[in-house]
Amino acid sequence: MNLRRFFHAGRGDSPAKRLVIHLLLILACIVAVYPISRIVSISLRPGDRLLSTDLRIIPQDATLESYRLVLFGDPVTQRASNFLLWLWNSLVITVLTAIIGVILSASAAYAFSRFKFPGRGPGLIFLLATQMIPAGMLLLPLYLMLVRLQLVNTYLGLIIAYSVSAVPFSIWILKGYFDTIPIDLEEAARIDGTSHLGAFYRIILPLSTPSLAIVFLFNFMSGWSEYLVARVVLQKEAMYTWPLGLWTFAGQYTLAAGRFAAASILIAVPAMVLFLYSSKWLVSGLTLGGVKG
Amino acid sequence: MISLTPEVMLQSFLTVFRFLLLILAALAVLETVLYTLTHRRPKNAAVGLGMLALTIVLAYAFRSFVLPAEGLDTPVKAGIGVALLLADVGLYWLLSNPHVTRLGLAYLLLAPALIGISALMVYPFAYNVYLAFSNMGMMTIRTFTVSLENGIANFRSVFTGVVAHDATFWEVLLRTIVWTAVNIFFHVTGGMALALLLNRPLRFKGLYRTLLVFPWAIPQTIACMALRNEFNFQFGFFNTLLRNLGLTPINWLTDPTWAFIALCISNIWLGIPFMMVVILGGLQSISREYYEAAEMDGASGVQQFRSITLPLLQPVLTPAVILGTAWTFNALNVIYLITRGNPQEKTDILVSSLYKAAFDFYRYGFAAAFALVIFGFLLLFAVVYIRATGGLKAAWE
Repeated sequence: MNLRRFFHAGRGDSPAKRLVIHLLLILACIVAVYPISRIVSISLRPGDRLLSTDLRIIPQDATLESYRLVLFGDPVTQRASNFLLWLWNSLVITVLTAIIGVILSASAAYAFSRFKFPGRGPGLIFLLATQMIPAGMLLLPLYLMLVRLQLVNTYLGLIIAYSVSAVPFSIWILKGYFDTIPIDLEEAARIDGTSHLGAFYRIILPLSTPSLAIVFLFNFMSGWSEYLVARVVLQKEAMYTWPLGLWTFAGQYTLAAGRFAAASILIAVPAMVLFLYSSKWLVSGLTLGGVKG
Repeated sequence: MISLTPEVMLQSFLTVFRFLLLILAALAVLETVLYTLTHRRPKNAAVGLGMLALTIVLAYAFRSFVLPAEGLDTPVKAGIGVALLLADVGLYWLLSNPHVTRLGLAYLLLAPALIGISALMVYPFAYNVYLAFSNMGMMTIRTFTVSLENGIANFRSVFTGVVAHDATFWEVLLRTIVWTAVNIFFHVTGGMALALLLNRPLRFKGLYRTLLVFPWAIPQTIACMALRNEFNFQFGFFNTLLRNLGLTPINWLTDPTWAFIALCISNIWLGIPFMMVVILGGLQSISREYYEAAEMDGASGVQQFRSITLPLLQPVLTPAVILGTAWTFNALNVIYLITRGNPQEKTDILVSSLYKAAFDFYRYGFAAAFALVIFGFLLLFAVVYIRATGGLKAAWE
């Protein structure tokens, strides 16, 4: 194949320049992906060669032993694996968190985007200011609150603790996106007899799919791999979410490296598929601030 | 040892399902009542009473189905009751005021998020301020006292004492500033470079973009734990590479400077995709016509970048940099999971010292004061930055 046609590009860029651009991008892609491929390679190593300085991605005599240990427990010590339970706990908690987060932020963002109510500007600044709250600052008050409500070691406790953590950021994203939708569309619908709220549900929400998907994703991800709050709220092993469980594998490098890597892959793959699937919306959905398209 | 059985799954599903149902019911009631109030503007008290009755029913349902409330202290119960009552009365008063009615829908839409943020961010924040004036610690968790002297002592020891075990506030502050500056610089330049490369007509653009967001797509906890292992002296990837190149391996996790560099490498790797995506979104919304006009006038690529791209990216870049700064400043996960601030707290940043002060050394009152100081610094930065760039105006006009 002709090199020039292969690296087809627009006007302006000469073939040499295009080649350099492709090389730079390929290099960047390798840097981005290689550390992740390392986890795959460790998870495939046989048990006696976990600690190797091999740099190949698929190791020699690759085996799925680690995956079996993680999923079904250790047949030698008769120790069952809690991995699926942890995964289930995480799933229940984060899906619910994400649903609540999307509902809260979509409706609030619509108000910020379409109404000039008193306190709108300060409100947006306030939302940005909540992002300045140092991590861990609210943990103790939240914990004491959950203790008093008897929600420690329950799903609800963690759901409540997570539910609004991504909401301020989500409101910003959604508001930015709603701003790009022409107001004429709603006005036309309202002339046809739809209520204001009806226009929101029937016109704005369907048009905002990319941005709603991104916001769901952020809310989901913020809870999905959260470790530090979970460590404080959940103390029973049966209630652990996967980051807590995984840490018990990661504690020592030597013994559990294979299981740790295999568990990581099993957790990361669904999350990454979800993320990459929605990445086609990522660029269009993530309109931070007032870019009117 | 409990493992995942169908019963466990069913049970957790039911718990959560009831909770979700009740939240939705509460929202529906709230919204319906608000809607009636704002759009029909009642002159009678019937709607107000109905609202009250529904609140009581919901609170009761919540209490019996969701919260196992037997052991709740009476003050807590009374507090929740009074709060609900006040909320009802306040809303009724607010919404029967004709002036508000015009914007009724806005308040109706804002209410759920406002309630959530108030309960889970504003209230804990206020409580944190209260704690900053207490001498609460492990031993005094129930018997702590609140006084101005305690507050002054807490704030004074933030600035003069040690914040966790060894490190002083100023040392950690300086390191945090370096940490944030280095990270944001590389996030923005790296993200900008990749976005500019991707914003050309190019083959495999989608593929490149997908591969480049990998560090963002992988759950951060996993990325951090995995990177921690890659910095291992004997078996980690970095040292293996150095050995293969014939160089001396580095004590990544035991040498303070290298440990800090290791953290920077990790966080830069994690943070570039976000900036790339945000900047790419901004670039795509800039009309081609500007560039065509500039080319017509003979402007060079650099000139175009400086006088078209950068100014038009400002509305996107400002919030992204503010958020990025706040996140980097708050990158507790990265620090905690990779080095834990070791060796000798030489790689701690403010938030990881804060976490240690509160949850390793149980100095709750001190930690609360410390947290307020950190919050103040971040807020100050954001205000100065927004003033300097003026880039947020577009967002609320």
